[in-house]
Amino acid sequence: MLEIRGLKKSFGSLEVLRGIDLTVNKGDVVAILGSSGSGKTTLLRCLNFLEASDEGTMVFDGETFQMAQMRKKDVARLRAKTAFVFQDYNLFLNKTALQNVTEGLIVARRMPKDQAVELGRRMLAKVGLSDREGHYPSQLSGGQQQRVAIARALATDPEIIYFDEPTSALDPELTGEVLSVMRNLAEEGRTMLVVTHEMGFARHVSNRVVFMAEGDVVESGASQDVFDHPQQERTRAFLRNIYQAGVPAD
Amino acid sequence: MISERLMEIILDSFWQILLPGLAVTIPLTAVSFFFAMIIAVITAMVQFAKIPVLRHIARFYIWVARGTPLLVQLFVVFYGLPDLGIILEPIPAAVIVFSLNEGAYCAETVRASLEAVPAGQMEAGRCVGMSYLQVMGRIVLPQAMRIAFPSLSNSLIAMVKDTSLASNITVTEMFMETQRIASRYTEFLPLYIEVGLIYLLFCTVLTKVQHVVEKRLSTYGGKGG
Ligand SMILES: Nc1ncnc2c1ncn2[C@@H]1O[C@H](COP(=O)(O)OP(=O)(O)O)[C@@H](O)[C@H]1O
Ligand SMILES: [Mg+2]
Repeated sequence: MLEIRGLKKSFGSLEVLRGIDLTVNKGDVVAILGSSGSGKTTLLRCLNFLEASDEGTMVFDGETFQMAQMRKKDVARLRAKTAFVFQDYNLFLNKTALQNVTEGLIVARRMPKDQAVELGRRMLAKVGLSDREGHYPSQLSGGQQQRVAIARALATDPEIIYFDEPTSALDPELTGEVLSVMRNLAEEGRTMLVVTHEMGFARHVSNRVVFMAEGDVVESGASQDVFDHPQQERTRAFLRNIYQAGVPAD
Repeated sequence: MISERLMEIILDSFWQILLPGLAVTIPLTAVSFFFAMIIAVITAMVQFAKIPVLRHIARFYIWVARGTPLLVQLFVVFYGLPDLGIILEPIPAAVIVFSLNEGAYCAETVRASLEAVPAGQMEAGRCVGMSYLQVMGRIVLPQAMRIAFPSLSNSLIAMVKDTSLASNITVTEMFMETQRIASRYTEFLPLYIEVGLIYLLFCTVLTKVQHVVEKRLSTYGGKGG
């Protein structure tokens, strides 16, 4: 469904992505692991063209694109098939929870308002926030905001959803509600590419794991394999560190 | 202490001064500020979006408009431009100068407010499929204008007073009328104090309006305002 070949990106002289290869099949939940600064956020931003890539090929639904020379039209078309969930939610601050979900539908997709509202309510129900539709982001907890952000992402029925550390900005007691929503999406068969430090999610919910370090994919494979039999020393060191830091395996 | 004659002059002149205040000063301010806002938003957006060439023109315009005295600008447009064959009536000349001058100051306010809106707002909007202008118009600009509101109100209040400079290009606004009355009666101190008090009254009303509006403007559920 999504295939990336040789994706490169530098910020000035800093090479952040050094030729990433990545394949996501329909229905995959792929977890991207890696220590801070390894280029995970930049990778997702390049995939959604929030950041311009220097090199690389993207095959999306059988169509091939040169990522360094994207036409505006293609960017818009690809964005319409994808959704992005940010680490710090980025809900529209001047819109209510429901408006956050319907805004893109009404403005970008020209969906009739009543239809968008109905769909928006369904999406909020799905993330358990029906009773908060009139609340502004500033009136919601972090976990609730991130669930609204997920509802907003779902509303456009994307073929793939990119998540950038969706629980990292949350207090530990709030991560559970967001992870359980994401687990439901995985069970529905949604295709997801998730940057995360939640080892429980990576191990048990995602079916594939990609481990990144210094702008390279060091190791990738089925979740169980990578966790139980990591092939690369750097992967082993990373997993050892994570577990020593006291993050439980599930 | 205040003689009967003086009392009479002050009372008579009150309406004579207030009338051009309501008929000229206020409309001149309102119309100029309206155009200033349009100029400010466009100039700010051109810079914010880093549009090539236009952003440099915007910088140049702001540099000149803020770096030269308002009075000089009025003279250049009203007394100077006729040398080039451009002859303007006093009021249109005043509107043009006040709009351009105020527009430059407010452009800086709006630009700073646009920059104060988190960049993630634009990115999130683009990710749900909206165009740059759609996100700008529906998400970023409304938040920026909310941030800019107190500062823009300040500019508006300053402008009410600045319109008195239009008397120098023969606009019969409030101050010009006061000067006439003062020399007719040869009473200067009381009349200039009187016009000062009327400006104070206008600005007090505006400040009150600002506070009321600010309270009622949505803070999107937050505590601001
Ligand atoms: N806009 C940017 N300009 C310059 N350097 C950047 C920018 N964004 C990220 N970087 C750098 O790129 C590297 C990778 O960052 P990032 O992709 O955020 O890593 P991760 O998400 O894995 O923590 C870091 O060294 C970071 O400082
Ligand atoms: Mg990151």
